Amino acid sequence: MIGVAAGASAGYLGSLMVLKKMALVGDAFSHVALPGLALGLLFHFPIFIGAFAALFVSAIIIWYLGRVTKLSYESIVGATFTLALAIGILMIPDRFDLLESLFGDITNVTLLDTVAAVIISIVAILLTKMIYKKLVLGMISEDLAISKGISVSKTDLLYLLLVSLVVATGIKIVGTLLVGFLVAVPAASAKNISSNLLKYSMMSSAFGAISVSSGVLLSNYLNVQSGPMVVVSGITVFAVTVALRLKTK
Amino acid sequence: MENSSDYILKVSNLSVTLQNQKILDNVNFKVEKGTTLAVLGPNGAGKTVLFKTLLNLVPYEGKIEWEGKVKIGYVPQNIAVGDIPISVKEFLSFRDGTDVASCLDAVRLEGKDVSDKRLGILSGGQLRRVLIAWALVDNPNVLLFDEPTTGVDIGGEEPILVMLNELKKSKKMTILLITHDVHIVNEYSDHLLALNRCVTFFGESKEIMNPTVQRTLYGETVCVGAPQR
Repeated sequence: MIGVAAGASAGYLGSLMVLKKMALVGDAFSHVALPGLALGLLFHFPIFIGAFAALFVSAIIIWYLGRVTKLSYESIVGATFTLALAIGILMIPDRFDLLESLFGDITNVTLLDTVAAVIISIVAILLTKMIYKKLVLGMISEDLAISKGISVSKTDLLYLLLVSLVVATGIKIVGTLLVGFLVAVPAASAKNISSNLLKYSMMSSAFGAISVSSGVLLSNYLNVQSGPMVVVSGITVFAVTVALRLKTK
Repeated sequence: MENSSDYILKVSNLSVTLQNQKILDNVNFKVEKGTTLAVLGPNGAGKTVLFKTLLNLVPYEGKIEWEGKVKIGYVPQNIAVGDIPISVKEFLSFRDGTDVASCLDAVRLEGKDVSDKRLGILSGGQLRRVLIAWALVDNPNVLLFDEPTTGVDIGGEEPILVMLNELKKSKKMTILLITHDVHIVNEYSDHLLALNRCVTFFGESKEIMNPTVQRTLYGETVCVGAPQR
């Protein structure tokens, strides 16, 4: 349940990340959660809160620096994510906790985690749906968007904050090293076979849910970690869509 | 006699500075209702910045006075569609309740054939028409058109301009268009504003055929017809 919710919301938000050519930003961004996650482990509060807090603060800093310096989000995140990863690794004392933080462990999910993840995922999807067209219009032409009364900078900030929420949710399942996959690959798969925005966003969400649910089922069956199996499932979906795209050319 | 209600736009002492560079300096002009103003000038003259100023997209000094109730439609020179999987129908439906078929009919695009196509695979001419359709969604009475024929094949330019002229008459619109094309200025506009950071010429468009005016604008006469034998 948590996997389907997290996968669906990450896929949906990731559809915009791929269009904005920020897929690698999503991957690097997730590493920024590690110091917050480490604080949660050290001071015994829910790691989701620590991860989200770190991502939230980082999202605001990245957004602000992007507006002020005109540097791409990619450049700004690139400058900070390795530092965040290093600090997080140094802060987590226990090797087992470190592995779980890096690669996730869905077997450690509680009922509270599941309920929270489902609610967060639904809220994230609904809020993103409200600003989806505005974000796309801003990508097509910022001038057109502003001339229609859209605040491109505020919409971008809200989107980054929603990404923070979804990434923090996904960390529990696939870990900080692999959660970037959830916001990039399902959307890339959908893009291979979509002819319009509605199909693209729906398929991104569906492929995210399919990748996580099938990956978790396979990891249970094979008795291996969930994170890597989710990635293997998702890449299989991607390969199928590439084949379909090549077939229709 | 000049009546102030004849004008839909009055610009006075307009100056724009961006990144410590003066882009526009003391620009003054007026636009009569129901007419077409061509904005001409070399690259870097400030034409697009002028449009952005009229749309309140950049800060400026001076006065921009629009007559009463004005609705502006804007067609930019370039948009970044790339590989975004957005269909024509989805693009035009940005405003809920838009009658996509009517919008496409207004710009002489066959609704069924075009509405499900991705924006990124349209020809230059089709994309221009879709952008015009988008600008017309809110029934504007003013259209700002940045380079109407950018990306359009030579054969496709005239139909777009003719269509624009007819829209102007049927919808009683005022049009401001940026162009480099002397032919467009002469054939499709009523007045000409020539810019090179400041106003270098403002008057009737037919004056563009005057060699003296052309030398002022271009430094030399521009040939527009077949050479005389």
